[in-house]
Amino acid sequence: MTVGDPETVRAPHTRSGAARFALWARRLGWRHAVMLVVVAFAIFPVMFVVSAALNPLGTLSSAQLWPTGASLDNARDLFRNTPFTTWYANSLFFAATNAAVTVLFSALAAYAFSRMRFRGRRVGLVGLLVIQMFPQFLAIVAIYLMFSTIGELYPAVGFDTRWGLLLVYLGGALSINTWLMKGFFDTVPKELDESAQIDGATHAQVFFRIMLPLVTPVLAIVALLVFVSTINEFLMASVFLRDTDAKTLGLGLYQLVASQRNANFGMFAVGALMLSLPTLIVFWFLQRYISDGLTAGAVKG
Amino acid sequence: MAASSRDGAGAPSPGAPARPPLPGGRFAAHGSLAGQLVRIALLSVFTAFGVWAVLPLYVAGNWWGIGLVAVVVGLVYYVYLSKRAVPAKYLVPGVVFLLAFQILPVLYTMSTSVTNLSDGHRSDKAQAIAAIEAFSVTRDPDSPEYVLTVATTGDPGTGELAFLLTDGEGHAYVGTADGLSDLSGADVDPAGKVTDAFGYTILSPTEVNARSDELQEFAVPTGDGAGIRSSGLSSAFEGSAVRVYDQGCDCVTDTETGEVHTADDERGAFYNEDGQRLAQGWQVNVGLDNFARFLLNPTFAGSFFGILLWNLVFAASVTGLVFVVGLAIALTLHVPRMRGRVLYRVLVILPYAMSSLAMFLLWRDMFNTDFGLFNRMLGLQIDWLGDVWTARAAVILANVWLGYPYMFLVATGALQAIPRELGQAAQIDGAGPWQAFRHVTLPLLMVAMTPILIATFAFNFNNFNAVWLITRGGPFSPDNPTAGGTDLLITYTYRLAFNEATAQYGYAAALSVMIFLIVSVISVVSLSRSKALKEVDR
Repeated sequence: MTVGDPETVRAPHTRSGAARFALWARRLGWRHAVMLVVVAFAIFPVMFVVSAALNPLGTLSSAQLWPTGASLDNARDLFRNTPFTTWYANSLFFAATNAAVTVLFSALAAYAFSRMRFRGRRVGLVGLLVIQMFPQFLAIVAIYLMFSTIGELYPAVGFDTRWGLLLVYLGGALSINTWLMKGFFDTVPKELDESAQIDGATHAQVFFRIMLPLVTPVLAIVALLVFVSTINEFLMASVFLRDTDAKTLGLGLYQLVASQRNANFGMFAVGALMLSLPTLIVFWFLQRYISDGLTAGAVKG
Repeated sequence: MAASSRDGAGAPSPGAPARPPLPGGRFAAHGSLAGQLVRIALLSVFTAFGVWAVLPLYVAGNWWGIGLVAVVVGLVYYVYLSKRAVPAKYLVPGVVFLLAFQILPVLYTMSTSVTNLSDGHRSDKAQAIAAIEAFSVTRDPDSPEYVLTVATTGDPGTGELAFLLTDGEGHAYVGTADGLSDLSGADVDPAGKVTDAFGYTILSPTEVNARSDELQEFAVPTGDGAGIRSSGLSSAFEGSAVRVYDQGCDCVTDTETGEVHTADDERGAFYNEDGQRLAQGWQVNVGLDNFARFLLNPTFAGSFFGILLWNLVFAASVTGLVFVVGLAIALTLHVPRMRGRVLYRVLVILPYAMSSLAMFLLWRDMFNTDFGLFNRMLGLQIDWLGDVWTARAAVILANVWLGYPYMFLVATGALQAIPRELGQAAQIDGAGPWQAFRHVTLPLLMVAMTPILIATFAFNFNNFNAVWLITRGGPFSPDNPTAGGTDLLITYTYRLAFNEATAQYGYAAALSVMIFLIVSVISVVSLSRSKALKEVDR
């Protein structure tokens, strides 16, 4: 990670070496020094988890910061000894489905809030802000009691099913994300959809063919945020999914190290990397939107 | 049932006719043929879900539920077939879910918060009496016997139990916690076991075994103080109750010992003279008692206010630290022509791209006393998570590690939006770099960062994972095993409802409402200072 010294490469020949170094140290050198410390802080837990995943012994007590050997024993154990693929599929199901449906619902609502004027618009927008103060998981007791009854009537959406928890997650589809999207929709010139309407497009055609392609960045950001928060959701999932085969990967990993913390740590490390993998991939592909999207959301509140 | 409405969501409707007064504005009168077909298909799927939702309600005789389904289905049909309700076409899918799974639970939480709902106070008084009587049933010498098949109306692992019973003549009955009724159309094998019955899932021997504790306590009341209980897994007997309820004195008398338990309608249970209660109570409205306990009872108020204070300190210090660290890194990298900036950026935001759930567990294990990385590297034997202050520091440190990259990203974006010339102009006017930053850059930065900081504070105020996954709220002092040193209000709530021997839903709901009030006050104060609300009128 050490970074070359730019000033020594292209330094003017008129200055002495010491003076050039002093200039560089004052302008850029200290920045590199600070960054090395920050980077060390940022990556040491990641290095530790990678090294633990590769550690042939697979225990917490034998895992070092640096890999001491490379073996896939932990990964093999994880696949053999736990319903890892089921857990992983569950996690990806919740994250992907919730992200997709939330983006759709939020975009639909944001379109109405941004482009139409109707009775209740103001109440709706303020209401969305107010409901944010009572996050869904605060009502977990009520949700639990509700689904005790719902599960009796409809076992297909009861506890330990995918659909029940998904329904609850979708209850949070309209949220601050809708505000973020509405702010972005507002930046698309109205003339665009007005001219399309004059050409005979229906409001649905305007929405799907004109608006959606123009607001892709904000759709990507909301999808990313929802995907990441769903795959890391623990509270509601732990109340809903109690059966081993119904668990998400996060719950499964929690269970794995809750009982055998030392012995199972290698398997946990592999699982932790696998759980981070989809997030890393999504980040990699969306990174150019992230900074802009987050700040856009920030300014719009 | 609400699940279905999402399928009506994307229905591209043909739109409103070109008349200005319509809320949707000027839109073409007719949609495309494909749009029409999609709309018909989605409405059909939605109707199918409606029918699916009605069937179990019909079997259970729940007419309110059927009415609700009908209203929702009717509303969706109106919205998507009418040419006028254009905004509603876009709002209905999300709003239906919002109402069903967020607003309704919030209201339900509020109504639960004024009850004593908990284990032992789940049902109404009549059911509690029936349960007390049936549970005290003892076998008479001449009592009838039944062949027992255990079934459920819901999920085999958790659904409500039902006894499918056949008497000596092969007649089949169904017994639930509400009473005994005839079971028609059941398949009975020669041994008397029921093999199939409409509306019931028959439990396999393994599933019955898994719920044998519940089975022990399950009894079917048959009236006049008699009831049916199981003896073993495949037979049941009818007997008479030892404990009998008398309406005159509103009390339960034990016919063997003569002990009397009198109903206390304020506390929702039967108490004897010594203040001992029967296990089966009922749910009563306790007004604001739950709140009063947290605010006034010395023990609980101590826990509550202690947790609240730490909760505020935790949220404030995490927000402050991630802001300072994130901004410092952003400023360090905010310089033209710096080698390796892209690499630094990628490495610095790495923690943000890792799964936070897994990383919290990782931090917990790095702090482990016997095997953890820190103790091994430093050669120490410190029980980091066993001491209140080191545990608090550990929780904050892990959160700063996970949270600063987000602040770094936001601060970088905000810095790039500020023209560099402003700082340079200040320096030409004689300001030092620190003065230029303090008086020119920072104020501009704060305009963009304030809403983010408020949101970060609100998020961390309820950051369940951060505490639960690292310390589970602990360490606990021996004299107060319910409130831990790092507990946030939300982890405390969770423990009361789901992680104690007896679930205390009433108290947990009251805590939820108080968290809501606290967050509301904080949000209203901070929102009124930001400009977010002005957006509404744009």
